[in-house]
Amino acid sequence: MGRYLVRRLLQLVPVFIGTTFLIYWLVWSVPGDPFAGKCGDRGCPPNYRAMMTEKYHLDDSIWVQYASYMKNLFQGDFGITFGGREISDIIATSYPNTLKLAVVALAIEAIIGLGAGVLTGLRRNGFLDNLVLVSSLFLIALPVFVIGFVLQWFLGVKWGIITPTVSNEMRFSELIVPGFVLGSASSAYIARVARTSIAENRRADYVRTAIAKGLPMRRVVGVHLLRNSLIPVVTLLGTDLGALMGGAIITEGIFGINGIGRQVLRAIVTKESATVVGIVVVLVLVYLIMNLLVDLLYAALDPRIRYE
Amino acid sequence: MTEQSAPGADGSGRPSGRLLEVDDLRVEFRTRDGVAKVINGVTYHVDAGETLAVLGESGSGKSVTAQTIMGILDTPPGFVTGGQVRFHGKDMLKMSAEQRRRIRGEGIAMIFQDSLSALNPVFTVGFQIAEQFRIRRGMSRSDAKKRAIEMLDQVKIPNAKGRYSNYPHQFSGGMRQRAMIAMSLALDPEVLIADEPTTALDVTVQAQIMDLLGELQRERQMGMILITHDLGVVADVADRIAVMYAGRIVEEADVYDLYAKPAHPYTLGLLNSIPRMDEKGQELRTIKGLPPNLMNIPPGCAFNPRCPMAQPVCRENVPPLLQLGRGRASACHFAEELVNRD
Repeated sequence: MGRYLVRRLLQLVPVFIGTTFLIYWLVWSVPGDPFAGKCGDRGCPPNYRAMMTEKYHLDDSIWVQYASYMKNLFQGDFGITFGGREISDIIATSYPNTLKLAVVALAIEAIIGLGAGVLTGLRRNGFLDNLVLVSSLFLIALPVFVIGFVLQWFLGVKWGIITPTVSNEMRFSELIVPGFVLGSASSAYIARVARTSIAENRRADYVRTAIAKGLPMRRVVGVHLLRNSLIPVVTLLGTDLGALMGGAIITEGIFGINGIGRQVLRAIVTKESATVVGIVVVLVLVYLIMNLLVDLLYAALDPRIRYE
Repeated sequence: MTEQSAPGADGSGRPSGRLLEVDDLRVEFRTRDGVAKVINGVTYHVDAGETLAVLGESGSGKSVTAQTIMGILDTPPGFVTGGQVRFHGKDMLKMSAEQRRRIRGEGIAMIFQDSLSALNPVFTVGFQIAEQFRIRRGMSRSDAKKRAIEMLDQVKIPNAKGRYSNYPHQFSGGMRQRAMIAMSLALDPEVLIADEPTTALDVTVQAQIMDLLGELQRERQMGMILITHDLGVVADVADRIAVMYAGRIVEEADVYDLYAKPAHPYTLGLLNSIPRMDEKGQELRTIKGLPPNLMNIPPGCAFNPRCPMAQPVCRENVPPLLQLGRGRASACHFAEELVNRD
């Protein structure tokens, strides 16, 4: 297990460098003058231009720019916006909000997806199975903004069950509906994967053995069947956190959440390249860490991987 | 010859003092392509301390009968359409799911053919044995572990204590089957069903496992049902043999009688198809033809299209399983001729 962990950690290094370089390169090679429109109608003063050019090595090659950016990054310096604001500040205020939203979405996804998947996997072709099948198709087919606006209108505006937008405190109770909206399509996918996995393993020989041992059905399903069927579901859930955070922009917009989606959009529109890179680099880290966690969990669930 | 039916089948369902009886069992598989009649009136029994070998080709229904006894028949497609399975005289097919569950493991236990797929890959072998002591006997974790190690020791797994925390894939085939045996015997069952326990193993290991099974069966005075398609395997271990063909018992006899004077042409064919040293270099003798399609079993005796002795009567009447005396029974119109020949 120790060697497995070290190997997986070492694999992260080239992936991190490769992805961050691509991002840096793409974002900074967007054509146009980075100073255009930054300082009002009169244009930026020469000393400000010189300072920012110096700071981001704008006169040097992309390699030098990237290297100096990474050097600063490892010292915890994300740089500053053209307006002089610390980018780490923007990240520190917006990231926790998006993370909270994504974690709530992930939890809802796991509960709905796994629950529906297990129930339908055990009884295929029943009424419940067909109901879940149709509703999951529905959830997958509907765009997030439709689900978001419809729920906001009915639950928030018309019936007043929830507050239509999320307050700055980001209370858990306020996040349930936005979390559901964000995770709706994914929970449908998870229900499907779990259903297939359960149905496949339900007929496995070891399940028959467990029944033949005279174990109660809830133990056969809850211990023997579930542990084996969870492996593909865990993979899907783990890698989904990054996707949820990156894809939260629409949900954040609908429910007025100050998250990274909003910040990235603003940064792209105003050509704040350093902000875009900073936010995306952290997102890359989230992806990498979640992937590592999934692999570790995978090994914990399946000993055959651990002993390879 | 008396006109009574096969042993154990008094048809009344009254307790007969037998440990386990299968009585006129009928099972069919309902599939999209049609209904396959897999078991067509199987009757056999096993008593404490004896080993019954159930012999037959794949598709003869021997495993399905065992699955029905255990209550692990996949439904759908499998449906029991008739007959009884009596344990201590009580029909298990009429019991509640909970009553049946309590019999599994403690009353009747089962060993499966492929130990690699039959053991759960994600739990240690020790856990899977100890689990029964914890769940069924309510033992503490440490007591259950101690008992599980004892069980591993009993099936002669070296370094049982160290092996306790190994996973199934870390065991060799033979050791895994030993672990499987330990697991099935954990709750001290009265009947052990071994479904092709050595088929997946090397020939040298096969003998060891059969010896172990025979030894444990004698020690514990269990009733054992040994399901196999290998005549060579059963000779040393079995007391009686029931031969199955197309979902019916076609012959039942003591091991010695069956080998010496088979009373059914199918059994004769099986015996003749065992390769022999004194016939080295000659072509192997086989039973010509294929087992019948269970969705369309030929009328009369199911074996008649392949039978070298077949007469017109065989194509019309299904021969009943009739007693030939001394615990022998055969379902052949010409059983007497066969036994009395030469």
